[in-house]
Amino acid sequence: MSCTKKISLQVNGREMELEIPVHINALTMIRDYLHLSGTKLGCGEGECGACTILVDGQSVNACLSFAVDLDGREMTTIEGLQGQDCLDTLQETFIGEGAVQCGFCTPGMIMQGTHILKNNPTANTEEIKRGIEGNLCRCTGYKKIVDAIASAVHNTQSIGT
Amino acid sequence: MTVIQKDSLIGKRIPKLDAPQKTTGEARFIQDIELPGMLHAKILRSDRVHAKILSIDTSAAATLPGVHAVITAKDTNGVPLGHGKDNPPLKGDKVRCIRDEIAAVAADTEAIAEHAISLIRVEYEDLPAVFSPGDALKDGAPIIHEAHTNNIPFNFDYEHGDSKQGEKESDIIIEDNFKLHFVTHCCLGVSGIIADYDSQGNLTLYSQTQIPFLFKKDIAPIVGIAPEKIRVIQPTIGGGFGSKLDIYPFEPICVYLAMKVRKPVRLLFTREEEFIASPTRQPVELTIRSGVKKDGTLTFRDVHTLHDNGGYTSWGATTPFVIMQTISSLYRVQHCNYHTTVVYTNNPYSGSFRGYGNLQATFAVESHMDKMAEALGMNPLEFRLKNAQEVGETTHQGMEFKTCGFHDCLNNAASKTNFVEKHAEYKNGQNGPVKKGIGIASLMHVGGGAKIYRTDGCGTMLKLDDFGQATVMTGSTDIGQGSETVIAQFVADELGLPMSAIHVINNDSELTPWDVGVHASRTTFIAGNSAIRAARKARTKLLDAAARKLNIDCDILDLRSGQVVHTETNEALLDIGKLIRSLHFTEKSEIVMTSEYYEPPSKMQDKGFKGDVSAAYAFGTQVIELEVDTETGEIRVDKVTAVHDVGRVINQMAIEGQIEGGVAMGLGYALMENLVVEEGIVKNPSFRDYKILTAPEIPDIDMEFIETHDPEGPAGAKGIGEAPSICISAAIVNALYNATGVRFYELPLTPENVLRGLKKHKETT
Repeated sequence: MSCTKKISLQVNGREMELEIPVHINALTMIRDYLHLSGTKLGCGEGECGACTILVDGQSVNACLSFAVDLDGREMTTIEGLQGQDCLDTLQETFIGEGAVQCGFCTPGMIMQGTHILKNNPTANTEEIKRGIEGNLCRCTGYKKIVDAIASAVHNTQSIGT
Repeated sequence: MTVIQKDSLIGKRIPKLDAPQKTTGEARFIQDIELPGMLHAKILRSDRVHAKILSIDTSAAATLPGVHAVITAKDTNGVPLGHGKDNPPLKGDKVRCIRDEIAAVAADTEAIAEHAISLIRVEYEDLPAVFSPGDALKDGAPIIHEAHTNNIPFNFDYEHGDSKQGEKESDIIIEDNFKLHFVTHCCLGVSGIIADYDSQGNLTLYSQTQIPFLFKKDIAPIVGIAPEKIRVIQPTIGGGFGSKLDIYPFEPICVYLAMKVRKPVRLLFTREEEFIASPTRQPVELTIRSGVKKDGTLTFRDVHTLHDNGGYTSWGATTPFVIMQTISSLYRVQHCNYHTTVVYTNNPYSGSFRGYGNLQATFAVESHMDKMAEALGMNPLEFRLKNAQEVGETTHQGMEFKTCGFHDCLNNAASKTNFVEKHAEYKNGQNGPVKKGIGIASLMHVGGGAKIYRTDGCGTMLKLDDFGQATVMTGSTDIGQGSETVIAQFVADELGLPMSAIHVINNDSELTPWDVGVHASRTTFIAGNSAIRAARKARTKLLDAAARKLNIDCDILDLRSGQVVHTETNEALLDIGKLIRSLHFTEKSEIVMTSEYYEPPSKMQDKGFKGDVSAAYAFGTQVIELEVDTETGEIRVDKVTAVHDVGRVINQMAIEGQIEGGVAMGLGYALMENLVVEEGIVKNPSFRDYKILTAPEIPDIDMEFIETHDPEGPAGAKGIGEAPSICISAAIVNALYNATGVRFYELPLTPENVLRGLKKHKETT
């Protein structure tokens, strides 16, 4: 028998109220209660980064966060990135640079890339590599993922946003 | 007047067709699929490695609220699965390795299922266990399977020439033992399956299998359902790399549960379970004796491989066939004797893994090539060039090299890196604890399929609709490498349609024609050829129809960018969609549908394992430049230069992705990955303790593709998927020797292992 708690949080720009068991992690809340399947369970131990989300603009492993700790916070998942009729810059560069193979690590990589862009908008290649150090990929060998993030850094700088 | 020039998609950078859905989180992996009323399954695994099962008490689990079914071996027909048909899905009488499946539960939630399995009580009687092939072969060793009292389910012998004669002809002979270790695939998406059994006895499986049609056929007798009543749907796959080429116990277990509860059941591994229970790369103990004449001609190779088969037989037991190919045919070798012993132990068992025995074989062969070069006083490049095959040669094992870029790969990789000069310079000694080293190694692997089964073919069905859209139904499977995009490129080129008009369906056995599966780097070659031929038939129909309609000879018509074009003026004459509509809605209405089953012109091996088993062969050379800190044992790979004979580049972006990913995997195998198995137990079943490469660790990769234009390959292409992982560990160990003068015969080259090896060498010299 588990206790539940009512929390209020912003999910991908939308205010929501949920009643959730107190023991669940944010990843379980996202996938099973909010039915957002883009955030992936890769290991459940904070080692692979497949569950990376943004909370108040900073990346976290959803599997290591208690869902109740998101009360009053702003949470962004992969579903929250794209515009109404267009993809986010990072999504476009991931597609264009060939940074996607099986795609399982992709949402986590893009969320972490978003964190890098927000917090270090002039990140160079080495900083990008360090930035995605906690995101594992078995297919791509990382090169094109780094290129895609670097390309987004460049595009964002040129636009001046 | 619109003018359209001739163009082609071959060789271009084409984004993967399903990339957009993967970047938005819309792509549905097996972990994301929910069916109405779906239950969740968990497996109780043994905590012993070799024991009799005395009793299993599931009563507490069965009565737990939320549990719908609990099954054990007695609830099944006991038909064993796997390549050796020695693996009953649920074990009733004894357990033979740490993975062994004792019981399974289907419940409302994963949490309830997990709780239920913790309530199951098993009584064991421990049996003595063995953890190495050597120990399993000793007199009096415990018998693991009654059918093989000597613990040897297989052995294989291969011979060409006479290696005793070869020994006589040799001026230098060297012999060494190599030991290759357990590593695991680490697919980011864990293993799982959904089984849905309906009221009519139809079974739908949502599976990550790499072999949908074989899977259907092979699972049928195990679950007792006729194969024609089984449908395999493949959601987006979270990585394959060979891990999904066999049937594994969890799959029929999920089906048994679904048949019992008559609701869909999903079974997913935890990450810890993935490390413990998914098949590993085959560990090999390899003894190799090589001979060479003083003029540098290789004379013989005498090889014995000892395989730890674990508790049950999966595809790992067949890696000897690929190892054999490298031993017999990587470089020209006049005489060869090869023997494999496959031995049961109480360790976890192995399956297929990218490269499939070739990593292990190449590690040994290319280490010996360097050793022999040094003994002869030849540089490693010239020694290899002397023995590297050229186009038109047939090896003694029967492999016909109709295209062969071996020399170009060697020469280009060496010249790009200044290999010969650097190798000589570093060899002469360096000051300070950090030493530089450069090493070279090459590979040969099948590139046009591998005729393991009587057919190595792939079927395609193609239809064009009223809007000029093409649907390609291919039997082949995409495991993330981009085969669906390459197939679309071929069809788009043949039909003169944009990529946006091509829709590939490759994931439903109810719709798609037969294919033997994604393995042996065969998909671009075989599925590509199949798609091209189906598309060509459609192209002919379209051009004939256009010729009739326009009253112009079809020889001077072409299809480009969705238009029928006059080839002399390049003028667009007729929209293809309009042409198809006019065909469909006229008196003699017809729609454009075609099909093709492509079988590559290769042969199954004969009883002596000889035969031209692939329609083409791929070659590659990699040069590693590294630094090693002799005080800490740390290796830093600065640069990987990879030159691969790929026949023809079809998708520049995707092929780069294969090299980059394959190199990362190969580097992991060489430097850091190690599934630690002690007394049969996996000690490091987590990403924290099993190290795969992370982004800051990737070296610079300089890659070059040699296009040898294979006459049978689609647009000339040959397979590439496995090649980039195959020779890199040999190049690293050769570079390490170049830097330190110390040769290593085991992997991985972790700092601890390197330091230990350097120290030991110092003490003994």
